[in-house]
Amino acid sequence: MNVTWVLAWRNLWRHRRRTWLTVGAMVFSNVLLVFLISLQLGSYQMMIDSTLGAFTGHIQVQQHEYLEQQRMRQSVPAAAGLAAQLRQLEGVQAVAARAEAFALASSQERSFGILLTGVQPEYEPGVSTFPGLLAEGRYLEKSDAAEIVVGAVLARNLKVGLGDEVTFLGSGRDGSFAAAVATVVGILHSGIDEVDRSVAQLPLGYFQQVFAMGDAGHSVVIRVPKLDQVDGMVEALRSQLASREDLAVLDWDALQPGLRQAITSDMASAWLMYSVLIVLVAFSVLNTQLMSVLERTREFGVMLALGVSPQRLARLIGVETLLMATLGLVLGILLGAILTAYLGHTGFTYPGMEALNSRFNLPARIYPPLSLLSLLWGPLLVFLGALLAAVYPALRLLSLQPVAAMRAV
Amino acid sequence: MGLPWGSVATLAWRNLWRNRRRTVIMLLAIAVGVWAMVFMASLMRGMTDQMVRNGLQSLPGEVQIHHPDYRADPSVVNSMAPPAPALRAALEAAPVAAWSGRVRVPAVIASERDSRGVTLLGVDPLAEQAIGALPGELVAGRFLESADDRGLVIGAKLASRLETGLGKRVVIMSQDPNNDVADRGARVVGIYRARLQGNEDRFVYGGRTALQDMLGIEEMISEIAVTANDYRHVDQWYPQLAVAAGTELETLPWTELDGFLGTMLAVQDGLSLIIMVVIFIALSFGLVNTLVMAVFERVREIGLMQALGMRPGLIVLQIMLESLYLLCLGLLLGNLLAVATIKPLESGVDISSVASAMEMMGMGTVLYPVLASFDMLMSTAVVVILGLLASIAPAWRASRLDPVKALNKH
Repeated sequence: MNVTWVLAWRNLWRHRRRTWLTVGAMVFSNVLLVFLISLQLGSYQMMIDSTLGAFTGHIQVQQHEYLEQQRMRQSVPAAAGLAAQLRQLEGVQAVAARAEAFALASSQERSFGILLTGVQPEYEPGVSTFPGLLAEGRYLEKSDAAEIVVGAVLARNLKVGLGDEVTFLGSGRDGSFAAAVATVVGILHSGIDEVDRSVAQLPLGYFQQVFAMGDAGHSVVIRVPKLDQVDGMVEALRSQLASREDLAVLDWDALQPGLRQAITSDMASAWLMYSVLIVLVAFSVLNTQLMSVLERTREFGVMLALGVSPQRLARLIGVETLLMATLGLVLGILLGAILTAYLGHTGFTYPGMEALNSRFNLPARIYPPLSLLSLLWGPLLVFLGALLAAVYPALRLLSLQPVAAMRAV
Repeated sequence: MGLPWGSVATLAWRNLWRNRRRTVIMLLAIAVGVWAMVFMASLMRGMTDQMVRNGLQSLPGEVQIHHPDYRADPSVVNSMAPPAPALRAALEAAPVAAWSGRVRVPAVIASERDSRGVTLLGVDPLAEQAIGALPGELVAGRFLESADDRGLVIGAKLASRLETGLGKRVVIMSQDPNNDVADRGARVVGIYRARLQGNEDRFVYGGRTALQDMLGIEEMISEIAVTANDYRHVDQWYPQLAVAAGTELETLPWTELDGFLGTMLAVQDGLSLIIMVVIFIALSFGLVNTLVMAVFERVREIGLMQALGMRPGLIVLQIMLESLYLLCLGLLLGNLLAVATIKPLESGVDISSVASAMEMMGMGTVLYPVLASFDMLMSTAVVVILGLLASIAPAWRASRLDPVKALNKH
């Protein structure tokens, strides 16, 4: 084995306590980084999955101005037909057409303005988790039945139960007066008040009839098996629909701009903290290596006098730092993985997290998943920071004069 | 017999500067750590403050009084009579700064082109202004002139969605206490832009008396919003209002009306503290290292001092003082750095690139960091207390050296 490496290794343990303290700083930061980055990446994934899976879907085809203005007239012609056509595409998991309208919903005792959604009963369960969350009754079945499924809070507010009738007053697509009566067949309970307060779904056929929509809808929702297939599918859909200038293909980022931005802003504030940790570790390494160079001035002077080149001395310091940083890296990743795996098993939470998390469709307890990325990202940066910190002490050696150095105290 | 305290202090100070380079590096490390603590705390404080302020504006008020069933079932059926004399007296007395009785019912608003579900607010513009609940800024027309005003003020976003505008007529529909549809045509007299875009879609303002007429509820109102301009101490003053309101009505502070806001305010200081402690721990390795080294290179000297009769306690004191000097200098530098970087940012940091995400948390598009002396004091306390704790071990070890062995070392 190379003498430099043996020398470097032995030098490290001349000051056992100092080396361990420096390695300790790295390990502490690494464990923290592995855990926090795993937690972050894990919650982003959950946030995206649960937000998109609930209702939005991965991609929607809409009339090109509908997203911005949401006017009833901005509709997709022959929506169910378009959905059937897109369902044939390679790589789609589920496709369903929808329509939306605001109306005043009234029961025997109460009236509320609500957003009604017309859905295709046979396809909606493929693009949304809502149909699976029924607490009472059944989901919609026939496309032209006068039936409605409502959220639990809305049902409570309207004071309706299964079998009760709800009346709607609103305006149709052509501006005509729209009125209808539907029977409550199912009550949905998601546990999220916002959802349970707002869900009101009718079968698409019946919806089109009531609101004078003809065969039109407002969106065709598409789900793909995996999130990273969205971009490819958007391309495929755009070329498929190239001749339809009235339609726009929108990915989840356009549909839910808050989602990616929440991730971006959370990333930014987290990295402020991470950089501070990395800089502090670098300071710690800088101090240790500078001290270790200064206290060995005489020794280095002797080595120079014996014919060791200054470059080799600088390399020695480099190798010492490398060994120390590797120790910190390996121990940090190991302990970080253990901590994260443990919390990935039991779940992680802190007081107040529930309120914050529910804003982003997250459960109160998060199970951080380990991945190669979350395992290596932080520790590798700490490793690099440590190596950079050794540059200055190593460079000082290059200008060392043997005689003066040997006389140093 | 040992050295007097003053000499120990001088010794510690001089020792600190024997290895100038090491001290400077450690000083920089502490300064960076302290800067990060204060900087992050001030960002967080700015965020929370803004979230709470926006939240209080859309609630509105720091305390609200309702019919006990209103919050679960916000219907016109659960309205209440205007405040009785006892409650009115309490509302007119200190510390209450202003109050407003409002009608607040779900409704549908329809133009000739489209319709939307909204929350219809029947307000008295003067009272509304007094509690600071006027919507953002008016971009067209005027706000309501009195409680009898028969016009409507709607959000810019809603106006665009309904394809309506200033001076146009719209129809509002709601229910009256007998669950018959109560509707009325009205003219849009003003269009506002809100700080939170979601509110623009949601709130439609009308004159209170005009809406009471439409709903057929005479003098009844849905809620009383109260402010004392002191949201942090609401728990101290709202109980007396609750007593005045009586058990027939539900009186709640904002922390319970909006659980999210209450929790955010409650956990904010805790989160800042956790961040500070974590940063300090990362720092402490270097600090302990520096002290261990300082003791190590002075073993002979310490042995000599002991041999000359210096008591171990004074050696501990000397090392601890050295650490304290280092910490205090670092704190000074770090806090100065924090003030220098935060002050220019206090006029606002543009975060509109992530506006939708901020809206999810109830924030606007500008973040105003808040430099609070509390955060600076908290970081100082964390650094001094934990720093001295971390210094105990090296100092203790130094005082336990065997003078004979120490003197012979090298």
